[in-house]
Amino acid sequence: MTEFFTGLFLVAGAAFMMVAALGLVRMPDLPMRLHSTTKAGVLGAGLMMVGVAVYFGDGGVTTRAVAVIGFLLLTAPVAAHAIGRAGYFVGVPLWKRSKIDELKGRYDQKTHTLESPPEMQERSEDGTPRT
Amino acid sequence: MFDIAIIAANGLLSIALLLGFWRLYLGPTLPDRVVALELIASLTIGFISVYVVSSGRTPFIDVAMVLALTAFLAAVGFARYLEKGGHRDDD
Repeated sequence: MTEFFTGLFLVAGAAFMMVAALGLVRMPDLPMRLHSTTKAGVLGAGLMMVGVAVYFGDGGVTTRAVAVIGFLLLTAPVAAHAIGRAGYFVGVPLWKRSKIDELKGRYDQKTHTLESPPEMQERSEDGTPRT
Repeated sequence: MFDIAIIAANGLLSIALLLGFWRLYLGPTLPDRVVALELIASLTIGFISVYVVSSGRTPFIDVAMVLALTAFLAAVGFARYLEKGGHRDDD
């Protein structure tokens, strides 16, 4: 029974990581590649660590596996955000069939701060509450 | 049955590693390559967990933990370097 669930978790995690790598190769631009690798990759690695914890069923091993999963869940979104932001500043081109770039023209290129969208700015100057 | 699961997990991870290296070789810009490196780091965590299960050497889980943190540091370092004005392109 333990071996069955361990094998299930390991194969499921490996399959998710395979899907992440497939997305990394097939997706057309940087944000889509980040979307693929961050979510599916972290889910795959987390499932494989769950498989390790199930297989040993030991307190120390389970604690370390949970710590690995926690670190992955904490660090992966931050790293993806940093890379995506840096890629946007460097000027990595978006896919040619993207419909809209909502950040266009709203980043100050010197201070790297983001302005609010125009409708938000008008509302806050009028004193009406933001929706 | 269990051996087949171990082999299948290793095979899937190997295919994923090849695809990751293909993007690392191909990647038109530097951020694409950084994304590929990050995926390769988490694939290595997967390899370590398969190895821990198949060999029973539990101390290798610590290696996986350190690897997760190091991959995060590398990605954030690359991102800072790009944002503070490194090379605009990697050619």
